[in-house]
Amino acid sequence: MSARQRLRLLVGKVGLDGHDRGVKIIARALRDAGHEVIYTGLHQTPEMVVQTAIQEDVDAVSLSILSGAHNHLLPRVLELLREQGADDIVVFGGGIIPDEDIPGLKAAGVLEIFTPGASTEQVVSWVDANVKARRR
Amino acid sequence: MSKDRANDAPGTATSASRREWSEGTLRQALARRAERAGPFSTVSSLPIERLYTAEDLGPEPLGGHLGFPGEYPFTRGIHPTMYRGRLWTMRQFAGFGSAADTNARFKYLLDHGQTGLSVAFDLPTLMGRDSDDELARGEVGREGVAIDTLDDMERLFEGIPLDRVSTSMTINAPAAVLFAMYLAVAEKQGVPLERLTGTVQNDILKEYIAQKEWIYPPRPSLRIVTDLIAFCLRRVPKWNTISISGYHIREAGSTAVQELAFTLADGITYVQAGIEAGLEVDAFAPRLSFFWNSHNDFFEEVAKLRAARRMWARILRERFGARNAESWKLRFHTQTAGCSLTAQQPYNNIVRVTVQALAAVVGGTQSLHTDSYDEALALPGDHAVTVALRTQQILAEESGVANTIDPLGGSYFVEALTDRIEREALEIIDRIERMGGMVAAIEAGFPQREIAEAAYRYQRQVDAGEKTIVGVNRHLGDDERRPGLLKIDAAIEPEQLRRLEQIRARRDAGRVERALAALRAAAGDGDNLIPPMLEAVRAYASVGEVCRALIPVFGSYREVAVL
Repeated sequence: MSARQRLRLLVGKVGLDGHDRGVKIIARALRDAGHEVIYTGLHQTPEMVVQTAIQEDVDAVSLSILSGAHNHLLPRVLELLREQGADDIVVFGGGIIPDEDIPGLKAAGVLEIFTPGASTEQVVSWVDANVKARRR
Repeated sequence: MSKDRANDAPGTATSASRREWSEGTLRQALARRAERAGPFSTVSSLPIERLYTAEDLGPEPLGGHLGFPGEYPFTRGIHPTMYRGRLWTMRQFAGFGSAADTNARFKYLLDHGQTGLSVAFDLPTLMGRDSDDELARGEVGREGVAIDTLDDMERLFEGIPLDRVSTSMTINAPAAVLFAMYLAVAEKQGVPLERLTGTVQNDILKEYIAQKEWIYPPRPSLRIVTDLIAFCLRRVPKWNTISISGYHIREAGSTAVQELAFTLADGITYVQAGIEAGLEVDAFAPRLSFFWNSHNDFFEEVAKLRAARRMWARILRERFGARNAESWKLRFHTQTAGCSLTAQQPYNNIVRVTVQALAAVVGGTQSLHTDSYDEALALPGDHAVTVALRTQQILAEESGVANTIDPLGGSYFVEALTDRIEREALEIIDRIERMGGMVAAIEAGFPQREIAEAAYRYQRQVDAGEKTIVGVNRHLGDDERRPGLLKIDAAIEPEQLRRLEQIRARRDAGRVERALAALRAAAGDGDNLIPPMLEAVRAYASVGEVCRALIPVFGSYREVAVL
């Protein structure tokens, strides 16, 4: 079995939601799994997320939203990545996101959504299987 | 010397001590069948013994250490009659969409037997921003009710006489502004401020630690807190000026002991701040209140609440020299633990909430919110919130727990656990004191780091199957039919923006400008901020306008994130 790839991952919270228990655990689990994690902290705008993602040359962006504002914020991040020609940076996320909103988010380009009850193992395995290092 | 019991016929001994029992009857039983794998520990990982006896109690006689209800140190309860005198207030946290939507939910809850109001504001409001703020896009009315100006506040309480309800407002960074709006509504209703009862959470310290809804840095924020306390002393004497909160600290992942320690350390800081602001401790301490979490481990929660009362009483009397017995009393609201509820098999949450609510009641809470079973999925739907309210009513009317005071008092287990939790929490408080107090500890990232560690540890335990969450990592199964979930209408946001625009167009712009200028001046001069805020909100200045006006004077807080 090949060694796990070492990815560069931006992890953070977009919007005004300050509940960061989950996102910190995800950031730490991904770091413990050997990836380079850039943790942006709270209150990021979609613009800030995209700017940091491009500057830091990340492979993926992982966003946490518990506030209900996901239908606006996640597609906005994807839109901005596209506008800046950086849409090979994949986006996934988690939080309090109703099942019925997930198809719409995926159609907008979000690769995966993790909802309450997901384990850190699930997230780490998924990243291993679905996120590839971008060509550098 | 105890006799050698090992060869007695099983179960025939009558041991005189735990040691005898352990070496005889117990050893025989264990030889036949081992205990379950364990570990036997609370949800906070506090190890629990298989049996507690009188030998586990401290050297002081129970009476000396415990006290009687309504007497120092209040271990058994802060009132002499507790629920025999008056049941706890059933106060469901509520708010979503527009002020009119939430007004309807308030009336629904009051109609269904709730006895106090509790307001949930939306994220822009919580952060001191208006609905048309750039960062408010997509957030308006989603996590709570959108309040921009006094107009919204008037709609929120339309048909609700403020001299007949007590209202708790979960608001922190902009607490003074929303409080001023509440006072302005009272004025319009013709209710004298001295008649108002309620609470503003106004606990800014725990924002930096856990809830993360801030505007200004800690020190100027403490000044706003003490201004509100000072104003209430003079003008709104029945108002609870802070709800010093452990709930959010626990939700962020702390243990029960940490929840207790960090919260009381916050309380110490507020008392000190009040004294430094020139206020008399016995004047303001009686109106400080607290807010605890009630999590899954029933006995740990009961013990935590009992320890909390005893610790706070000692702190006020011995450390701060308070003489008024009302200053010694830890009065509190409790909410069942949102973080313990699952999206999977959501009806299981009714059971969890029942156990947690029972712990809060057996622990002597003055006021209680029970979560709805759809907690992990959405804001509470009508049916779910009704079940949550009925849970409290059934506990109050059918279960018998309200018939006597502190029913678990004297239990070897609960007294030993109370003592232990108190000891461990005191160690943490001591540590914080040696760092220079809670503000210094926050600036050093101490509580934030402790909480993140505890949260990560717990998640590892869950992922490893060491801690079970029914329906999530054990006893999986098909979810029942999904409950109908509350949906926030997307039209709320544009409607709110329109309303705000109309208010701004109609109001006296000059009056607003003058009020904001006076507020800025008061901030610079050290005058009490509440009167100028009151004038500003009467003029229909918005939450965002009032809060932003103070940023040039107080600065903005930027968190240094600790993973």
